[in-house]
Amino acid sequence: MTIVYDDPGDEATAEVPVRRIRFTINGAKKVAEVEPRLLLSHLIRRGVGLTGTHMGCDTTNCGACTVLVDGTAVKSCTMLAVQADGHEIETVEGLATASELHPLQEGFKEEHGLQCGFCTPGMMMAAKALLDANPDPTEEEVRWALSGNLCRCTGYQNIVKSVLWAAEKLRSASG
Amino acid sequence: MTQALDEIKIGGLGASRKRVEDNRFIRGKGNYTDDIVLPGMLHMEILRSPLAHARITSIDTSKAWQIPGVHLVLTGEMMATRNLAWMPTLSYDTQAVLATDKVRFQGQEVACVIADDPYIAKDACEAIDVEYEPLPVIVNPEQAVAEGAPVIRDDKENQADNVIYRWEVGDADGTERAFAQADKVSKLKLHYPRSHPSPIECCGSIADFNRATSKLTVYMTTQAPHIIRAAVALVAELPEHMIRIISPDIGGGFGNKVPVYPGYVCSILASILLERPVKWIEDKTGNLISTGFARDIYLDGEVAMRNDGKILAVRMHCDADHGAFFSDAQPSKFKIGLLHSAFASYDIPVGHITARGTYSNKAPGGVAYRCSFRVTEAMFFQERMIQAAANDLGMDQAEFRRSNFVRDDQFPHRTPFGFLTDSGQYAKCLDVGLRAVGYEDFRRQQQEARARGRLLGLGISTMTEPLGAGNSREYDILGIKMFDSAELKVHLTGKAIVRTGARTQGQGHETTWAQIVSHELGIPADDITVEEGDTDTAPFGMGTYASRSTPVAGAAVAMVARKIRAKARKLAAHLLEVSEEDVEWELGRFYVRSAPSRGVTIQECAIAAYSNMPDGMEPGLENTAYYDPPNLTWPFAVYIVTVEVDPETGVWDVLNIVAVDDCGVRINPMIVEGQIMGGLTEAYAVANMQFITFDAEGNCVGSNYMDYLLPTAWETPGFELHSEVVTPCPHHPIGAKGIGECAAVGGPAAFVNAVMDAISDTGVRNIDMPLLPDRVWEALTYHRDISGAPPVRADD
Repeated sequence: MTIVYDDPGDEATAEVPVRRIRFTINGAKKVAEVEPRLLLSHLIRRGVGLTGTHMGCDTTNCGACTVLVDGTAVKSCTMLAVQADGHEIETVEGLATASELHPLQEGFKEEHGLQCGFCTPGMMMAAKALLDANPDPTEEEVRWALSGNLCRCTGYQNIVKSVLWAAEKLRSASG
Repeated sequence: MTQALDEIKIGGLGASRKRVEDNRFIRGKGNYTDDIVLPGMLHMEILRSPLAHARITSIDTSKAWQIPGVHLVLTGEMMATRNLAWMPTLSYDTQAVLATDKVRFQGQEVACVIADDPYIAKDACEAIDVEYEPLPVIVNPEQAVAEGAPVIRDDKENQADNVIYRWEVGDADGTERAFAQADKVSKLKLHYPRSHPSPIECCGSIADFNRATSKLTVYMTTQAPHIIRAAVALVAELPEHMIRIISPDIGGGFGNKVPVYPGYVCSILASILLERPVKWIEDKTGNLISTGFARDIYLDGEVAMRNDGKILAVRMHCDADHGAFFSDAQPSKFKIGLLHSAFASYDIPVGHITARGTYSNKAPGGVAYRCSFRVTEAMFFQERMIQAAANDLGMDQAEFRRSNFVRDDQFPHRTPFGFLTDSGQYAKCLDVGLRAVGYEDFRRQQQEARARGRLLGLGISTMTEPLGAGNSREYDILGIKMFDSAELKVHLTGKAIVRTGARTQGQGHETTWAQIVSHELGIPADDITVEEGDTDTAPFGMGTYASRSTPVAGAAVAMVARKIRAKARKLAAHLLEVSEEDVEWELGRFYVRSAPSRGVTIQECAIAAYSNMPDGMEPGLENTAYYDPPNLTWPFAVYIVTVEVDPETGVWDVLNIVAVDDCGVRINPMIVEGQIMGGLTEAYAVANMQFITFDAEGNCVGSNYMDYLLPTAWETPGFELHSEVVTPCPHHPIGAKGIGECAAVGGPAAFVNAVMDAISDTGVRNIDMPLLPDRVWEALTYHRDISGAPPVRADD
């Protein structure tokens, strides 16, 4: 992250290591200078300014920060930004086009798959990774694929329905 | 003739209208506190105590100050110079903001750093050197009252021991007499373990003090922005009109985001000192170990009965562990919340409750975690005691409940502890549930399975929850009466905006408040904007917790819409050139009684309010209503759970969950069902895995999501919901009752009762939650009760 420090008048500032990385996010090519310790989730949220990727737990349990890295669902709070160098990232903001929602987004609204909305982006990205690989999942497969994502509001039943709704829509669109 | 409006089509009462707020959430365009970035914003991190009880001998912040990018390091000593080292709690106690003399629980706030970047702030926190001198630690009420126990709150004058309060309610003598006449007395000791509401989003704030205007704006994760404004005015001694609290989108609250936390106060002071916006976003461990916990009560309960199954009296003693500071968020008159709602489901002549609250070296802040102030404990104790009592009499679980239920014709019904329940069809709910679960069949299967060594169990729980505090006579927080408010502005084109003093955190107010207005005025819900959470624009309200929203703020929405309709009627009479008495109302339209085809729509009245009002009428179509409910609303529910317990491992699987909720009129059935499923999941979680405990040194076990287990989609069972019983609330303007918490309140006992039913042959009376496999296995194998919080092995 670019930070302007008060100059402490010694050599301390020279010691902050910075690395340049290139990555693609939602199709847009980016270059950034980052501290090696910067988390990918912070690069996305504070660096790129895409705040749809949420952070809930710091320990890779809640999955609110789930994004796709080269198509694989990854919890971005447990990946360093420098590890994204040369890779493609997809976030919730990349799901919809200007005119059209992604069927997962429609499904979550149709089936009341969200309440406070905080876990929703991570849920949808985890679900997208599933549906990309398995267009016709069973309820059990959906539950397993989402088992790395916590929700405190819904009790999951409607989230599962939302994903199955989206799967059906995607299948009918491609078939 | 005009076609009458179809209320469901315009998104009125009873429509499963898709949620308005979803449009931004599904696009990742929510606006949560951590998403907000202000120009020149700094970041704050908190240094917390690693010890549960210790004297602070020194704090050296010099290294932290030297780190480039650090702007401020705050300690308790510095806070004390501004009289901010301590703050009042919502329960007439005090709580340390930053520790000065001692730390009193693990995770207590000791210092904080404000820096350019949160990473730098964290580095600087690690560079602070604190020396502690450990003190003996107290982690439960028994230790708290033991002879020679160290006095945790030696900062308080006149606090010679660790007892916070002793409280009682009911009729001690009458209860004594009833017990003397009983054929049988059933006794049970229970512990409701400490839990944490744990919304996925942690707490946080951005304080933005502007020296030029003297205005303090605070964006924060609060369920009750107006209470916070009052608290900030009092604590920080700032003029209230110069304080603006904005509660943006909230990533779940469940009671956790009601209290005032030290982090909020520190970010505010830091912003005032630095004259820059200061953001504080808690990490998960900070949230779990320092913010509002819930439960942690020990019960000693007794039920007096006749042999025919009639309950004569109940007696309960509760020991509540409040942690280091008594900062429960609850109506101030009631020391242990509404615990005395216990046994409201049953017609019991007399009862007596005593309660004692004690301090311990654990996190403070008992909150109403998805419940109306300790009602969860009340209903859990009620239903566990009922199960034990039925078993002690040898009576059927369902029959025992039915024979003691408050009957439909007994409402309004006075409970043994003074509440007046308003309405319900308790037996009918039970019948629906029993039919749904196939009660008789299940009992047969259970017998057959048992003969083959398989352990099936069925648990019933009922709950009667007092929701929607006030009335203002009895319910206040620090003297502020618990009413709520709504403001409605109808624009000249007939579109409208409604604002309330509540704050949604997932409950869907942006969708449902519009539905209430739609029901009252016939304006399509899509034409109505709902706005909440900004104290500069919203009318004063007490916020959203304890299922207050629909019973109080929702009622205010209906009432303000009725005020608007009353004015619109005058406008209609003017437009129709008839007297007001000759005007009739149907949804969305006034018409002339004698000539129904002559009418004007509500939208035509709106235009007239700005363009063609009668002489002498104040222009505009806006109003505000403050609603002080005459009573609480009293939803009822029956939850029935069936399980199979594996005798080899103690693992139990849920076979079926049936929920019969009577919450009166449902504004949006889709949203109601979503809330019930969420509540059932929390009930399942608490019964099964979700708890916080402490080792002997006061180390919090459950300080992160690796230890604090929350069920995922994989573990969480499916639910069968029933909505066929509807008893409208007799005093609520649209007949609604609260619902968001019912299943979390009534659910836990159904799971525990089911497991206990499955292992009833062992003679085990009780396993305290959580029903972890090893605890169930131990009970099954050694035929012994498992009591208290799970023990934690010391590290040494």
